[in-house]
Amino acid sequence: MTKATAAIVGPGNIGTDLLAKLQRSENIDVRWMIGVDPSSDGLARARARGVETSHEGVDWLLAQDELPDLVFEATSAYAHRDSAPRYAEAGIQAVDLTPAAIGPFVCPPVNLDVNLSAPNVNMITCGGQATIPIVAAVSSIVPVEYAEIVASISSRSAGPGTRANIDEFTETTSYAIEVVGGAQRGKAIIILNPVEPPMIMRDTVFCSIPAECDRDAISEAIHAMVAKVQEYVPGYTLRADPQFDDPREIWNGHARVAVFLEVLGKGDYLPVYAGNLDIITAAAARVGDMLALAKVGANA
Amino acid sequence: MSTPTMTSDAVAQEPVLEKVRITDSTLRDGSHAMAHRFTEAQVRSVVNALDQAGVEIIEVTHGDGLGGSSFNYGFSAVDDIQLVAAAVDEARQARIAVLMLPGLGTVKNLKQAHEAGAQVARIATHCTEADVSRQHFKAARELGMETVGFLMLSHRATPSKIAEQARIMVDAGAQCVYVVDSAGAMVLGDAQLRVQAVIDEIGKEAQVGFHGHQNLSMGVANSVLAYQAGARQIDGALLALGAGAGNSPTEVLAATFERLGVPTGVDVQAALAAAEEIVKPMVSRIPHMDRSSIVQGYAGVYSSFLLHAERAGARYGVPPHEILQRVGEAGYVGGQEDMIIDIALQIAQERDLGDVQAAGVR
Repeated sequence: MTKATAAIVGPGNIGTDLLAKLQRSENIDVRWMIGVDPSSDGLARARARGVETSHEGVDWLLAQDELPDLVFEATSAYAHRDSAPRYAEAGIQAVDLTPAAIGPFVCPPVNLDVNLSAPNVNMITCGGQATIPIVAAVSSIVPVEYAEIVASISSRSAGPGTRANIDEFTETTSYAIEVVGGAQRGKAIIILNPVEPPMIMRDTVFCSIPAECDRDAISEAIHAMVAKVQEYVPGYTLRADPQFDDPREIWNGHARVAVFLEVLGKGDYLPVYAGNLDIITAAAARVGDMLALAKVGANA
Repeated sequence: MSTPTMTSDAVAQEPVLEKVRITDSTLRDGSHAMAHRFTEAQVRSVVNALDQAGVEIIEVTHGDGLGGSSFNYGFSAVDDIQLVAAAVDEARQARIAVLMLPGLGTVKNLKQAHEAGAQVARIATHCTEADVSRQHFKAARELGMETVGFLMLSHRATPSKIAEQARIMVDAGAQCVYVVDSAGAMVLGDAQLRVQAVIDEIGKEAQVGFHGHQNLSMGVANSVLAYQAGARQIDGALLALGAGAGNSPTEVLAATFERLGVPTGVDVQAALAAAEEIVKPMVSRIPHMDRSSIVQGYAGVYSSFLLHAERAGARYGVPPHEILQRVGEAGYVGGQEDMIIDIALQIAQERDLGDVQAAGVR
C-alpha cells in the first residue's frame, strides 16, 4: 500500500519521540529528519533508525528534488512562523507541534474531522492536548463560563524551546481552551517540577458550571472522553472521580468541577514520566495518519 | 567581597556599615494570608504608612504574582493592576514592585503593571528552573524596570546549584537575585551559604537578596546572617503578614538592623505603628507558628499551601498537617496547589479502605 512521505523538522525530545510513533504508522513513511546542528544527538538517533538527516535546516529540505507530502514541525513557535509560508508555497501540508498557532487547532477527540484540508494544523500544546478534551466534555453538557488548567511536568521533559518561550504555552493553551474546549474564558498554568525520581505528568482541569445542573451527566461525559483519549494515549487516566464543589460568591455564584488527570507516557523516547511528550506526539501521529489517509486515498 | 565586621557598640557610632534595602511584601506575600482579598482602600492605607516609614520598595500583587487570580490559587477581590495603580498613586517616595511567576503570569501582564506605574519587576522561578525567566527579564529591562530574580524554595538545592541558577538570571538581565526560603525551612547556616555562593558567582554584577519565612522562627535571624554574608536586599512584611507562619516582620527587621548599626532608611517607630495601627485591624488571622505551618518548615513545603491545605482538609475530613507532610514528601513545588486536593483525596481514600499501612507509604 502507498504511504505518504513525511519529514520531521526539529530533532529534539518531541521530534525524536514522534519519529518512533510515526515509524509504526501504516500510512506514513518518515524519510527525513531535519536539524540545524551537525553534532545533534537527535539527528544521530534518527540516522540510526534509518532516516536520512540534514543539519542544514528547512533550506536543505526544500531544495531536494523530492519533497515530502507532510512536514511535522517540532522546533519552536518562532522557527515555525518563518517556515510555515515556505511549506505552504511548496504544497507541503504541515502538522505544527509548536505553539505558533498559525493553522487551526486540532485536538483529536474533539475536532479532528473538521480540519483535514487545512494547509497547516496546530497541535496546541502538551497541556492543551491533555486538558482540552475534558473542557470540551464539560461544555458539551453545560455552558462553561471559565475553565482553568494546571499542567505539571517533570523538569527533565521540558526542552530548551519550551523554557525559552514559556509564555507561548500559557497564551496558546488559554486561547485553545476557549476555541476548541468551548469555554467562554480560558486560563492555563504550567509548572516545572525537578523532583527525583521524576514526576509523571499531571493535569488538573477546573471548570465553572451552573449552580444548578446535572452533575451526573457531566461526570459521565468526562469518563466517556477519557476513554476516547485512551484510544491513542493508553496512560491517560483519572486520579479520582470528578470533584464537584457547591456555588460560591467568589466564583460569580457558579459551582465548580475539578478533574485530576495523570498522563503516563508510552516511553518511546523519554521515559514514561514524560506523558507531556507522549500525548502531543501521539495526537500528532493520529492527525498525521488521518491526513496521510486522505492524501493516499486521493492519489489512488 | 569583604564582610563588614560588627561590634555591639556600632549603634553609638556613625553608620559605617553598608546599607540594606528592605522590600516590604505585606501587599504581596501578605495576600496569601488574606486569601487574596485585599481591597483598594486597604492597599492605599498600607502603602501610605510604609511610604511614610521610609520603605523604598513596596510589592503589590496577588500572592502568586501577576495573573495569580484563579481557581487554583484563589480569586483576587480586586484586580492586580487596579491595586498597583492605587499603590502608585498613594506612594510619594516609595517605588512599587510586582511579582510574576513565568508559567502563570506573562510578559503581557508585566506590561500592564508597568503601564499602571510599577517600577520593579520581581521574576520568580523554582530554584532549579531559572531558564524559564529569560524572556521576562528581557522584557522588564526593555520596559526600563528594575529587575529582581527570585529563586523559590532555595533550601531544595545546594549552594552551588543556586549560584548556577543565579548566573542564568543575571545573564538574562536580573539586577539582583534573591535566595528565597519559601518554605521557611532554612536553619542557621543554610541562608548564608547560599548567599555566599551566589556572591562568589556573580560578584558585583548584581546584588543578592534574601526572603525569609517564620515557619521555624528563623526569618529575621536568617536575614541578618544573609546580610553578613553580603545580601543587600531583604524582604519583610508588616506583622509578618505572609504565607505559612508569615514573613520576617518588616518592623522587626528595621529594629534589629538598627540595633546592629546597619542603615535601612526605615523609621522603626513608624514601622511599628504601621504594623500595629494599620495592618492589625484589617487582618482576621495573624500568621503564627502553628502545627501546620511548623510542618511546612520542617517538611520543606511552599508556605502558601497552608490555607489551601486547611480548606482541602475541611472539605475531605483530613488533617491539614498530614496533607502538608505528604506534599513535602512528594516534592511538590510552588504553584502545585491543585496537588493538595489530590493528596487530600488520596488520604481520604486510604482511610476509607482502612489501609493503615498505605497511609505512610506514598
